[in-house]
Amino acid sequence: MTGQMTAAFHELPTYLANHVLISATAMALGLALSLPLAVAASRSAGLRSVVLAAAGLVQTIPGLALLALFYPILLGLSALTHAAFGLNLPALGFLPSVLALTLYSMLPILRNGVTGLMGVDARVLEAADGVGMTARERLFQVEVPLAAPVVMAGVRTATVWTIGAATLATSVGQTSLGNYIFSGLQTENWVFVLFGCAAATVLALAADQLLGLVETGVALRNKPKLVVGLAGLVVGTSLAILPLVEGSRPTYVIGAKNFSEQFILAELMSNRIEALGPRVTRKESLGSAIAFRALAAGDLDCYVDYSGTLWTNVLGRTDTPPRARMLAELTAALREKYGVEVLGSLGFENAYVLAMASNKAKTADIASLSDLAVKAPELTLGSDLEFLSRPEWGALKRAYGFAFRGEKSYSPTFMYRALETNTVDVISAFSSDGRIVDQNLTVLTDPKGAAPSYDAVILLAPKRAKDETLRRALSPLIGAITVEHMREANLKVDRDDGKVTPKEAATYLASTLKGPVR
Amino acid sequence: MTLSVPQGTFIALAGTSGSGKTTVMKMINRLIDPDRGEVRIEGVPVGAGTASDLRRRIGYVFQGAGLFPHLRVGENIAITPQLLGWAPPDIAARTAELLDLVELPRALADRFPGELSGGQQQRVAVARALAARPRIVLMDEPFGALDPVTRDNLATAYRKLHDTLGLTTIMVTHDMQEAILLADRIVVMKAGRVIADLSPSAILGAQSDPDVAALIAVPLRQAERVRGIAGASVKAAP
Repeated sequence: MTGQMTAAFHELPTYLANHVLISATAMALGLALSLPLAVAASRSAGLRSVVLAAAGLVQTIPGLALLALFYPILLGLSALTHAAFGLNLPALGFLPSVLALTLYSMLPILRNGVTGLMGVDARVLEAADGVGMTARERLFQVEVPLAAPVVMAGVRTATVWTIGAATLATSVGQTSLGNYIFSGLQTENWVFVLFGCAAATVLALAADQLLGLVETGVALRNKPKLVVGLAGLVVGTSLAILPLVEGSRPTYVIGAKNFSEQFILAELMSNRIEALGPRVTRKESLGSAIAFRALAAGDLDCYVDYSGTLWTNVLGRTDTPPRARMLAELTAALREKYGVEVLGSLGFENAYVLAMASNKAKTADIASLSDLAVKAPELTLGSDLEFLSRPEWGALKRAYGFAFRGEKSYSPTFMYRALETNTVDVISAFSSDGRIVDQNLTVLTDPKGAAPSYDAVILLAPKRAKDETLRRALSPLIGAITVEHMREANLKVDRDDGKVTPKEAATYLASTLKGPVR
Repeated sequence: MTLSVPQGTFIALAGTSGSGKTTVMKMINRLIDPDRGEVRIEGVPVGAGTASDLRRRIGYVFQGAGLFPHLRVGENIAITPQLLGWAPPDIAARTAELLDLVELPRALADRFPGELSGGQQQRVAVARALAARPRIVLMDEPFGALDPVTRDNLATAYRKLHDTLGLTTIMVTHDMQEAILLADRIVVMKAGRVIADLSPSAILGAQSDPDVAALIAVPLRQAERVRGIAGASVKAAP
């Protein structure tokens, strides 16, 4: 417990700095856009209904979906700007996070801005005209100050929402306090999850209190409160993002998808690169498709993916050649089509397999996928969030003709729980998962060879294909990790008792490396 | 309608609600633009310059004071000089002078309008209208919301200022008694037309127009009744 807390506090400066940076930038942009828009909308009924409806619509899109939507949009934009100006827009991380959060922040500011401005007494407005104010003078000397308290209330709401929603930025590769929550959820590290929630809450409360001071300062025309509130916001924001200024310019960006093995391997690779001198930052909890595209676009420098995944998802192939041929063809195809370099296989597979509790498999007399197909109508399949929509599942279904009684999707951690509690009977397990041993699962064989192999391979971004440092740091990992050691490392992170952080598991894994690496 | 107002006169625009008296007054400082016709001040059409420049030269006292609730009394009074870009010391001196003029304690300058009584607010409104030394003052039912005693005090005080400062005042009122007691000329309007333009004493004489007669009849009849009640109860001397 204390170890976990120490680990959590260790990450706090970076996570908090990033969180504050994206929240503050999004709020600044949101204010810069919303306030003039609110003024214009308060003047025109037509514009008002359009603007408020649009902002309301954005608000109904779930935060996670809004962030995810910006990824393809930015990829498209990036292609356009690249064609037009030779300029690459980063489609991952800061930009999509800030844009999505900006949109998210606009509704409360707009709504309160319009309400506040329209609530100004018509007689006071006539008086402003009557004493000879121009439209501009009237806006800044009368309307804005009188609407300010209502507007400030909207700004407070927007700030709390934005800080909360910023935890989701982790999923598009922007570090935030959400890193605690996402990685904690994947590794069942509840200390991390709670720590992340608490940190985001405290941050939101602090910002809200300071804005509250500003609000009272504005409403009561109390200068000291206004000054203290504003100064608190400026100083707090500056202090929070200071670690980013000091620790500037990461040299390499390592990606990780959203499960324990990926966190561990990212740590392992980071440590080896950092040992050679350069700085490293990590973008974790990425979706499978996002990770590869980010690498191809140069937003990531390297990450570990799996041959079968790339084969079907990236190359769109449905055939399943033998392991070695697949790896060779994949290496050639990725280099040719994307400029992405396959550095090599780590030495173990993390294949999609179907697994059952061993005793249940024995009772039902199921050892292979062919056996399973016969009993499928009486069984429920539990899968991770991607599996059912993946081509591999299509290939298995075509080969064996599965028709399960039900199919349910879970995040990987909860999928194992569902199997344990008999909510589901069969799961789409990962062959390198420590829980296969730990929970005494039987991996069903694939007599028809329908599922492709899933060698864990290190991928390098096009611009890093010839990078000496990366090659020097990572080449020794090729062929150096056995599936047993990977399972053990995964189990250390995933198990309930004596759970360790991915960082510690990476240290363990480093100590098991085969050959001259150690 | 045609109406000419000689410099230095105090005109009351009277008439029932909807007769157009406020509209006419607002056309003078362009809070309302006329569909047809023209307003000239000293021979110059009001549309010649910008509306804000015009309004800074004309004092305006609003119905129900119309003070800026977020500005202190002193800032309210100083608003037009400030818009005109006066030097801060001049503004401060003028504010103090105006508070004296409308007989308010100078300490009130730091209060907000909400902390003042209705009568005090109306005095501030008069001070604000006079701040940039206008020669024309427009008043829209200026004393309508006040109690009778305050109202009479304030009206009398304003009439004095009008005379001392040599102002030209146009006041909209639906109170005939107030018009008779304050104005040099009473212009009675009905449905956008002038139906009488007379001195107070002339308007109290026999009226051929039934609407004007009806307007005058009310205060006269009330005065008669008050006198009757007073005579019956205390038998005081007339």
